[in-house]
Amino acid sequence: MGSYAAPRYEYVIPPELRGSPGARRPVVVVGAGPVGLAAAIDLAIHGIPCLVLDDNDTVSVGSRAICWAKRTLEIFDRLGVGDRMVAKGVTWQRGRVHRGDEEIYSFDLLPEGGHKMPAFINLQQYYVEEYLVERARDFPDLLELRWRNEVTGVSARGDGVVLEVATPDGSYRIEADWVLAADGANSALRRMLGLPFEGQAFEERFLIADVRMRAPFPNERLFWFRPSFHPGQSALLHRQPDDVFRIDFQLGPEADPVLERQPQRVIPRVRAVVGESTPFELEWCSVYAFRCARLERFVHGRVVFVGDSAHVVSPFGARGGNGGIQDVDNLCWKLARVVQGRAPESLVATYDGERRHGADENILNSSRTTSFMTPKTKVEHLFRDAVLDLAPRAAFARALVNAGRLSRPCTLAGHVLQTPDAAPWDGPAPGTVCPDAPILDEAGRPGWLLNRLGGDFALLVFAEDAAELAAMAARASCLGPPLVAIAPRSLQAPEGIVVLADPDGLARVRYAAEPGTTYLIRPDQHVAARFKSFDPGGIALALERAGGGVRPVRAAA
Amino acid sequence: MAGGLDLAEGFAGRGDDVYEALIRGHEGLTDEESAAMNARLVLILANQVRDPEAVIAAIRLARETARAG
Repeated sequence: MGSYAAPRYEYVIPPELRGSPGARRPVVVVGAGPVGLAAAIDLAIHGIPCLVLDDNDTVSVGSRAICWAKRTLEIFDRLGVGDRMVAKGVTWQRGRVHRGDEEIYSFDLLPEGGHKMPAFINLQQYYVEEYLVERARDFPDLLELRWRNEVTGVSARGDGVVLEVATPDGSYRIEADWVLAADGANSALRRMLGLPFEGQAFEERFLIADVRMRAPFPNERLFWFRPSFHPGQSALLHRQPDDVFRIDFQLGPEADPVLERQPQRVIPRVRAVVGESTPFELEWCSVYAFRCARLERFVHGRVVFVGDSAHVVSPFGARGGNGGIQDVDNLCWKLARVVQGRAPESLVATYDGERRHGADENILNSSRTTSFMTPKTKVEHLFRDAVLDLAPRAAFARALVNAGRLSRPCTLAGHVLQTPDAAPWDGPAPGTVCPDAPILDEAGRPGWLLNRLGGDFALLVFAEDAAELAAMAARASCLGPPLVAIAPRSLQAPEGIVVLADPDGLARVRYAAEPGTTYLIRPDQHVAARFKSFDPGGIALALERAGGGVRPVRAAA
Repeated sequence: MAGGLDLAEGFAGRGDDVYEALIRGHEGLTDEESAAMNARLVLILANQVRDPEAVIAAIRLARETARAG
C-alpha cells in the first residue's frame, strides 16, 4: 500500500469485561464497513443510540468499492460527509466504450446542470470508511464503535437479540432490541442464523489491479471489448484519487487465481495498457469470481440485513456499495420511528419489500451486463458481436451494448407507503427520489434543495405569493410535517415556514409544479405522495400511510 | 433514417429486456438449431416491418457491417 496509510483504531476493553453489566441496547450494528458506519451515523442523527461491533481495527484493505453514485453522495451529504468525499474523489460522468481500440460510443450520466452532486465519484473504500469513522465521532453520546469485537453467536428472541462477542480479553454477551447485520458478503450472522443465500454464480474470473502512476487518462469510465492490449477479453479503467488507477481485466473461466495475482503476471498486463514509457507501481491486486445472490427476506425478527450481507451483485455497474448505502437510507428512519415508539414494527417490514425490489433490480442489471461481457454459447457470441458490429452505424444497437448499467436509485412506486397519483402527470411520481435543484435560502444565499429535505417528513409546497403561502401554511399547521416552500423569489415567510427562492425556475420545472402543488417527502428524500393543488385532507391520509399506518404526532415544541 | 431504415432506439427503453429474451430464446439449442431459429426470426420480423424497401435496406446494412476476419 504505497499511497495510503491505513489508520489503526484503538481496541478498548469493553465495560462488560471490566465488571460492569452492559445495558440492553436499542440497536447494535454488526460490521463497520461503509454500510454499517453509515447506518450508525444515520441512526445517531435520528437520536437513536447505537453500538457498532467490528472484528477488525482498521479500514478496508485495498480499494474495493470505488464508484459512488449521485444518489449515494446525496445520502452521504445528508449524513454530513458528502462534501468531504466529493472534494477528495475523482468526479466523472462520462463512460466510453471501445471495441478493439476504437471508441464505438460514449454516454453521459448527468447531461444537465443544476444538481449539487455529480453523477459519480471514484473514491477508494478505505477513504469512505475513514471519513465515516471520523463523522461517527461527532456523536460521542450516541454512537460507540468497538474494534476487535467479533460476534461469535446470535440468539434471536421475539422482542430482541442476544449476541455473543469475542474480544482479545475474552467474551461477553450483549442484548439488543434490534441488530443490523452489516457484516458483508460472507456474513457470519447470516451463517449463524442458517439463512440460505441463493443465486447465480459466474465462472468468469477477473483481475483487479490498482496501479499508481502519472498517466493522462481522462476522468471517465473507459471500457474495452477485446482491446489489442488484452486480446480476446474485456477491460475497464477508472481513475481514483492519489494517482491510483483501477484496471479490471477479464481473464476467462480457466484462469488460475493464485497464479494470476502474482506481480510477474500482473505487471505485463498493466504494461500493455499504459505503454513502455510510463512508470507505475502496483498497489493492490485481487483475482475474483462473483455471484449474484440475495436473502429471501432481509428482516428476520429483530435482525435486519443491510448491504452485502443481504444481497451481492457482480461489480459491473457499481451496484454493490451503492445499493448498500441505499438500504441504509431506506431503513434507518423507519427503525428510528419504531424504536421511538412513533410507528408500528410493521414499518420496518416495508424496508424488506422496498429494498428487495432494489436488490432485484441491481441483480438483474448486473447479471445482464455480465452475460453480455462473457458470452457462453456460440449464439450468445453471435448476438453480442452483431450488436458491436452495428453499434457504430445504428443508435438502436448502441442502446444494446451492455458494458455496465450504472447504479441508479430504483423507484418505490407501488409499495405500500406511497400514495399513487390520482391522475398521471410529469415530475417525480410517488416512489421516486426527489430531484435536486439550485435554490436561494432564506438569507438569499445559493444552496441546494436536497439539503433542505430529508431526515424527517416534509411538505414541499410551491407558491407564487405570500398571501397564498400564508393560507396554505394555516391549513397545513395541523398536519405535522414542516412546510418547505418554493417561490419564484424570496417572500415574506409566515412564522416557522422555510421559503426557498427558485429564481431560475428549475425546481418548478423538475417538479412539474403549479402554485399550490404539494409533495409529501419521506425522510429518505423519496416522494411519498403529491397533489397538483393543495389538498390537506389528501395529505393527511398520505402522511398516515407513509408513516406506517399511524398518524404522526408532532414532536413537542 | 438510413436508406429507409429507422436506426433510432426503438425498444421504448427496454432494450435489455429484448436482448435477454433473445438470448433466453436460444437456451438449450444446438448451433444448427439456433441458426435455424434465427432464420425464422428474421423472416417473422421482416414481415412485421410491413415495408419491403426497409427490409432490403436492412439486409444491405447487415451485410455492410460484417467484420473482416
